[in-house]
Amino acid sequence: MKRRVLVGVKRCIDYNVKIRVKPDNTGVLTQNVKFSMNPFDEIAVTEAVKMKKEGGFEEIVAVSVGPKECQETIRRALAMGADRGIHVETDEELQPIAVARIFKKLAEKEQPQVVVLGKQAIDDDANQTGQMLAGMMDWSQGTHAYRLKFAPEEVECTRETDTGLQTLKLKLPSVITCDLRLNEPIFAKLPEIMKAKSKPLQKFTPQELGVETATPVKVVKVTEPPKREAGKIVESVQELVAALKKEGAIQ
Amino acid sequence: MLTRQARRCFSSSAVLRKTLVLAEHTNAALVDSTLPAITAAAKLGDVEVLVAGKNCKGVAEQVSKLEGVKKVLVAENPAYEHGLAEDLAPLVANFSKKEEYTHILAPASAWGKNLTPRIAGILDITALSDVISIEGQDTFKRPIYAGNAIATVQSGEKLKLLTVRTTAFEKAKEGSSSAEVKEISVEGDANTKSTWVEEMQQKSERPDLTSANIVVSGGRALKSKENFKLIEDLADKLGGAVGASRAAVDAGYAPNEWQVGQTGKVVAPQLYLAVGISGQIQHLAGMKDSKLIVAINNAADAPIFQVSDYGLVQDLFQAVPELTKELEKAKQ
Repeated sequence: MKRRVLVGVKRCIDYNVKIRVKPDNTGVLTQNVKFSMNPFDEIAVTEAVKMKKEGGFEEIVAVSVGPKECQETIRRALAMGADRGIHVETDEELQPIAVARIFKKLAEKEQPQVVVLGKQAIDDDANQTGQMLAGMMDWSQGTHAYRLKFAPEEVECTRETDTGLQTLKLKLPSVITCDLRLNEPIFAKLPEIMKAKSKPLQKFTPQELGVETATPVKVVKVTEPPKREAGKIVESVQELVAALKKEGAIQ
Repeated sequence: MLTRQARRCFSSSAVLRKTLVLAEHTNAALVDSTLPAITAAAKLGDVEVLVAGKNCKGVAEQVSKLEGVKKVLVAENPAYEHGLAEDLAPLVANFSKKEEYTHILAPASAWGKNLTPRIAGILDITALSDVISIEGQDTFKRPIYAGNAIATVQSGEKLKLLTVRTTAFEKAKEGSSSAEVKEISVEGDANTKSTWVEEMQQKSERPDLTSANIVVSGGRALKSKENFKLIEDLADKLGGAVGASRAAVDAGYAPNEWQVGQTGKVVAPQLYLAVGISGQIQHLAGMKDSKLIVAINNAADAPIFQVSDYGLVQDLFQAVPELTKELEKAKQ
């Protein structure tokens, strides 16, 4: 059996875009907005490529769940070095638990030793999918990974925590979620982008996989956060100290 | 018909509510992140707190004195020493089924984020991350898109599993009485899937970043690790914690755990001093709920000045030492 890595890639509004809330408060505006691969997933794909180069893994399968346009995100992963893609097409906005159910089905089909995901998507900011999948599969989990060392049967995972770094030994199969400092993402060059067009891409729907995507969770409304009042520009350090004293912020 | 059913669900007398808070601790002491989670839980009903660890009875005692806590459950097992999700998630999942909790809350700290979704995965239910407001038994607010939008979410799950943004709720205080402390039996051995190897922690005398009253943060403009000392000196002068932008952390000027932002820590101190930080969306996500924001930057058009209460357009290498000296003078 091939030593395989499954890597998840999500199509998100580009991280540089200043998002706008829809006037009817049903969500954020997505029309004419730039989308790109979730930055944490670029790191996940890069790590998968590294695992293939150095960690004894043989095949990388890039998976994306979402609308038709996700195929661009998968092509991007293929250009970065993934071998083939799987697109699970749905126009619904799924909760992380539904995405985790889809990945569980795919993990059962593809039998990967490792599933690599970003630690969070920068749109819903949930930071859940990897942990949920690991819980469902009863696999080990290495979240917020900072450094990984792969051996045939296990991975040594150093994680970013609130107080520093923590190192764990995880038995494979395992779910890894990537933090920003794990690596420098690969920049796909034109020849790779061209080559990626001919790499295989399978398509499924959640129904074809037999996954129930409905959840009893409803987004009632989406609003703008409270705005801050415009501040004051002070001319000198002395003026700043005086202002802070007046505010009672310093003694 | 449906409306009547719905009304019954909302009526507080019809449903027996049971809320459990998962305590983050070091076995020797409670971690501060648990205190806001207890305050959030108290808005939902009677609070029970689970302290799972190794030799952690002292922590349970500490928790039992907190206001709003009705009962403390202690689960002791050598396997729980490092709070690994592979050990704790099955414990909580099984226990929640037995006890029929309606709500389980954990702090949205690195520990809570690692653990809570695994519990949800085992139970195959949704979870809500980083809740900033409790609007009702089933309705919660949480930030999305790096805090640039707030989603109000209604959950119909029988068990609502939440992590709580620690800066959004007051810390639970010590009360006048003590809650009952009860040991719960724990079966089974350590999981064989994961083992703890080591921990590398920054030792620091400074206040904890997420709960400090004053935070002084430095960015890329500091140019080096040595120069970052300027930020540390100023923070020490103010008795504050030190933060950093992602750029400063990536460049190696500051350690990871100092990063403030969407993917680092979220802080909301009384005073946040941003030095040499341009104010990207991702950084603002971690500090824009601070009471008073001060920015020092030599670029007058830096986005940080759009959220700062006081801004000083000046070279930081001149302004920061001067500010430190000025504060020293004020103290005398």
